[in-house]
Amino acid sequence: METAIPHLVEPHPVTGIPNGKFGIWLFLASEVMLFGALFSSYVLIRVGAPHWPPEGGLSSEVLNVPLGTFNTAVLITSSITMVLAWASCKMGSLPKFKLWMAATVGLALVFLVVKYFEYSDKFHHGHFPSHDNFYGIYFVLTGLHGLHIVGGIVVNTYLLTFGSKLWNVDREWFTNRVENAGLYWHFVDLVWIFLFPSLYLL
Amino acid sequence: MSDHAHAEHHEMPFWRKYIFSVDHKVIGIQYAVSALVFLLVGFSLMMIMRWQLAYPGQPLPILGKILGDTAMPGGVMAPEFYNQLGAMHGTIMVFMGVVPLAVGGFGNFVTPLQIGAPDMAFPRLNMISYWAFLPGGLIMLASFFVQGGAAQSGWTSYPPLSDIAPAGQTIWCFGMVLLITSSLLGSINFIVTIVQLRAKGLTYWRLPFFVHAQLVTAFLLLLAFPPLEAATVLQLMDRLAGTSFFLPSGLVVSGEQLKIAGGGNPLLWQHLFWFLAHPEVYVLILPAMGIVAEVIANNTRKPLWGYRLLVYSVVFVGFMSFVVWAHHMFMTGMGTTMSTFFQTTTMIISVPSVIILTCFIMSLYGGAIRFTTPMLFATAFLPMFAIGGLTGLPLGLTASDIYLHDTFYVIAHFHYVVAPGTLFALFAGIYYWYPKATGRKLNETLGKIHFWASFVAINFVFMPMFFQGMAGLSRRLYDPTIYAHGRGVQALNVVISWGAWGLGLAQLVFIVNFFLSLKSGARVAENPWNATTLEWATPSPPGHGNFLTEPVVYREPYEYSVPGKANDFSPQFSPEGDGPARPQPRGGA
Repeated sequence: METAIPHLVEPHPVTGIPNGKFGIWLFLASEVMLFGALFSSYVLIRVGAPHWPPEGGLSSEVLNVPLGTFNTAVLITSSITMVLAWASCKMGSLPKFKLWMAATVGLALVFLVVKYFEYSDKFHHGHFPSHDNFYGIYFVLTGLHGLHIVGGIVVNTYLLTFGSKLWNVDREWFTNRVENAGLYWHFVDLVWIFLFPSLYLL
Repeated sequence: MSDHAHAEHHEMPFWRKYIFSVDHKVIGIQYAVSALVFLLVGFSLMMIMRWQLAYPGQPLPILGKILGDTAMPGGVMAPEFYNQLGAMHGTIMVFMGVVPLAVGGFGNFVTPLQIGAPDMAFPRLNMISYWAFLPGGLIMLASFFVQGGAAQSGWTSYPPLSDIAPAGQTIWCFGMVLLITSSLLGSINFIVTIVQLRAKGLTYWRLPFFVHAQLVTAFLLLLAFPPLEAATVLQLMDRLAGTSFFLPSGLVVSGEQLKIAGGGNPLLWQHLFWFLAHPEVYVLILPAMGIVAEVIANNTRKPLWGYRLLVYSVVFVGFMSFVVWAHHMFMTGMGTTMSTFFQTTTMIISVPSVIILTCFIMSLYGGAIRFTTPMLFATAFLPMFAIGGLTGLPLGLTASDIYLHDTFYVIAHFHYVVAPGTLFALFAGIYYWYPKATGRKLNETLGKIHFWASFVAINFVFMPMFFQGMAGLSRRLYDPTIYAHGRGVQALNVVISWGAWGLGLAQLVFIVNFFLSLKSGARVAENPWNATTLEWATPSPPGHGNFLTEPVVYREPYEYSVPGKANDFSPQFSPEGDGPARPQPRGGA
């Protein structure tokens, strides 16, 4: 018997969601544990340090708060454009989807460019991860978050280009995929919302 | 992307059908066979170590010359090589052997069949999981050939030692990241499959216990593995980027102070590691319990005693397994409040484990037991797991742990849980589902020889370790005779080593049986064991898409010997509940 996998597109009657959306929520649960473990490590190391940052001063003087604030705004805006991209699919307009999705990818790139300037400034002053645990934690957490941004860019670009062919085959399926990508993207934003104050401000 | 619905067509090239397959059955067999090979490798490492432990400082015949002068100068094992063997034995057995066999192998092959699904929810993700696992495993093995050898800081890789170990440790970290990624993707797939893809009529209370066990296991993998991934990333940073997450200030190595920033915390690794590794213990044992439940119900011809109790217990075990991790760390000086908390949770988690074991023993009571090879392994699981579990209690109590910590007693304890416990259950599963996977039965006579030889040998291996441990002998000692208290129990090491080599010989019987029966085993129909669960409604072996017609479930999973029925088994898929009558016509196969 050749059988298609059930609930690929149509929601399961009990859970109310298709397989993909369930899968992405589980993936995000594991991501919470990943970043949760790193945040816990940060707390433990910071609590054990006599002074934070170890070489004196304040986090907000060592890191560039205006750039961080700007990046926070960029990511929040990209979350909004992501929702608009999904809503455009829901309302049946592929061109509008492409517009908002392109904006999302563009904003993500802006975030990375800003991050590049922040990193190179640190490197320029000889502040590598090995400098002390403040920089170690800063680079690991923001670096891993940056990798997640890159992952989001790859997925969103795929949906914007080759992936959008699915629109002509099954609109609902494509819309679901955009929604799943959106859930991931909001999560990546949310991680930053935690990272920014706890690294830059506190 | 529309290729989903009609991707699997009849004439697939060899590499799509057997290598990069998306069929859960092929992937399950790939996992199982790779895991069995890794288990053999891991066991072989231990058999080499056992020479040094039985005859410290004596040259190893034949192999000593083959392994070369770095590992075995003059045929005598170098201490560094001994450490590599120990660390890699643990890593291979846990992460590349038992888990991939129990979850990747049995989980993949059996779960979709038992829930009446055509495949896993995400077939391509399933393929990616396997192809993250295999390179991860091979990278681990390859680390033996780099400068300085493989990882040698124990399978737990405690820093600061692991932070300053040779390059093999870096490869261990990379291998670990791949293995973790594989498990994460797999666990997402399992949960979605079990929740979304159950057949019509298959409610949660009608699920076979095996599926419940796999579901809880998947949640453990999903939530416990990411912290180890985080820890591994931090350790990689320490090793490659020169950070000091796990290195305290003023660390002195070989009389010289390390040039590091310092300020790190070695205990941080232990917390992150054990936050994974204690749930991991249950990842090792829960699928095994699932297999034992299936085999016992089938061979006692009775419903499982306390099915709902079993399910509640397995869920409770899963939950509690997240709050017991620091009982591995009583000796780290983390404080009495912490120790008391974790001692209490550890005592609590033993309760559902005992309930599960009790249910299994009660299931035997009054049954007309068929002692087939799978049943022999499943029956042996019960006392072996009981020994392993009960000897764990003194380790969970802080007072007695102070004495027993890091002795051979600990090794005996967890090997009783994992080797004659989990591995015997996995063997039961292999003998039980081999006919479904291949269409032929494994040879019963060879199977019984395999069982009895393994059963006797394995007790000669692990039982004496309790006595060595209680005599105070430390684990991970390169030469156990350097301390006076070790010399008193050295004779036992000779017994253990010969037991281990005998156990190795017994596995040869299994290997011969495995390949012999592929060619000449007795052919079987759909349901050779007269079992009740859904996988036996499919042809043996099942074709792509599994079921000939859409399966419908009419009853609970273990309706054996129902009064008033013509046969002693009422399959879940039979509307009348009477014997071999199947709703599936054979046409179309």
